[in-house]
Amino acid sequence: MAVTEAAAAVTEMNAVRILASIATIGLFLAALPARAAVLPEERADLLYHRYDGGGVTVDGPSLLVRKNFAEKYSVAANYYVDMVSSASIDVVTTASPYKETRTQTSLGFDMLRDKTTYSLNVTNSDEDDYEANTVGFDISQDMFGDLTTLSIGFSRSWDQVRRNGDPGFEEPIDRINYRFGLSQIVTPSLIMGFAYELITDEGYLNNPYRSVRYLDLESSTGYAFEPEVYPHTRTSNSAAISARYFLPYRAAVHGEYRYFNDTWGVDANTLRIGYTQPWGARWIFEIGYRWYGQSAADFYADLFLRPNAQNFMGRDKELSTFDSNMINLGVTYELPSFGWNFIKNSTLNFFYDHSYYNYDDFRDITKGGIPGTEPLYHFNADVFRLFISGWF
Amino acid sequence: MKPVLRLTGLVAVLSLTGCATEPWVKPYERQNLADPIMSADRNPVSSAYINHVFEAREGARGALGSHGGGCGCN
Repeated sequence: MAVTEAAAAVTEMNAVRILASIATIGLFLAALPARAAVLPEERADLLYHRYDGGGVTVDGPSLLVRKNFAEKYSVAANYYVDMVSSASIDVVTTASPYKETRTQTSLGFDMLRDKTTYSLNVTNSDEDDYEANTVGFDISQDMFGDLTTLSIGFSRSWDQVRRNGDPGFEEPIDRINYRFGLSQIVTPSLIMGFAYELITDEGYLNNPYRSVRYLDLESSTGYAFEPEVYPHTRTSNSAAISARYFLPYRAAVHGEYRYFNDTWGVDANTLRIGYTQPWGARWIFEIGYRWYGQSAADFYADLFLRPNAQNFMGRDKELSTFDSNMINLGVTYELPSFGWNFIKNSTLNFFYDHSYYNYDDFRDITKGGIPGTEPLYHFNADVFRLFISGWF
Repeated sequence: MKPVLRLTGLVAVLSLTGCATEPWVKPYERQNLADPIMSADRNPVSSAYINHVFEAREGARGALGSHGGGCGCN
């Protein structure tokens, strides 16, 4: 653990340096001479989403409304619901299927001062056994003849973890996010971006229901379960580069690569490419592909050799070694005018994603077999989004 | 000089000189970039949702443009 603690200390020092840099740059941006930028578009979106994969179904609505005032201020509100019905492999092997609802409410306020946009966001997320409250602040500055947009941001979250059926159980998590973004116009047809985000968590990071598996020769199955134990801190770094290019015949291609690592030993790579093709005056078609791969956390094991095998133990498949492949299709149709003066234009949109998750060290114990030799787990997931958007 | 101070100084110098920089892509050359299909986030309600799905299913997080909220996956 000495190595892990030393790594955490180094990461904390880096976090302090990054915070100092962000604060300095933020003060500097606020003092920059300013020129005209624009507020986000005034619009409303009503979305229905559905996720179905690995025994989990999540669906619900999301409503986003943004309205601008006095050409300087913008207010946005988002109401979002996840209705979860879970019989995932974790649940069917160690607990009982369950249903729950998560409701998320966000309010955002943007203020434009010439070339600088100041944004404040407040989010509350509530479910039976978890509550999260987040406050975020971002500054965005256009510079270099509007070819470059630099943004920095900071969020603080306070979460409460509870456990259904155990009214005395309540544990906190504090999170801090630092964000940095750069968007650069390179040519009349090419725009590139860079994003970096550092996130630190401190508190009860376990799932209060999840268990780890250990070898138990006295059990009829050859294994038994005990509660997982996670470290109380986690710090992660993500850096992404992206590019979007306008093709000569009015179409666009885009690509993105993201690298991630954290103090739990997870390294991940994400690659995304896509193509957007308008058709006539009313249609836009999109097609894309996304690959994601990660290594396991240092304290992850599908099967520990004995109970209490080490200080920290996890068997969360999201912390195992796995990769996923996703294809996505999207279509947007611009609706004919309703004759309503307050709506400039509106679109009907449908997006579909299909993913295949393939695990390298998480075994499907529902299939039976000698412990540690069961088939590896994999599953498919389908995600739908159907939404209507209006601009006013 | 410490790296943090160097970085801050570099940003300060670039920003100050940038105020006088002649843009190499002129405003009248930006009609392609202004096309909605070139927007990095054309449908914010949809991208926020799918980024939430990724963060619930994957160990990685951050640098996707979304922040805040719980998981719905306890």
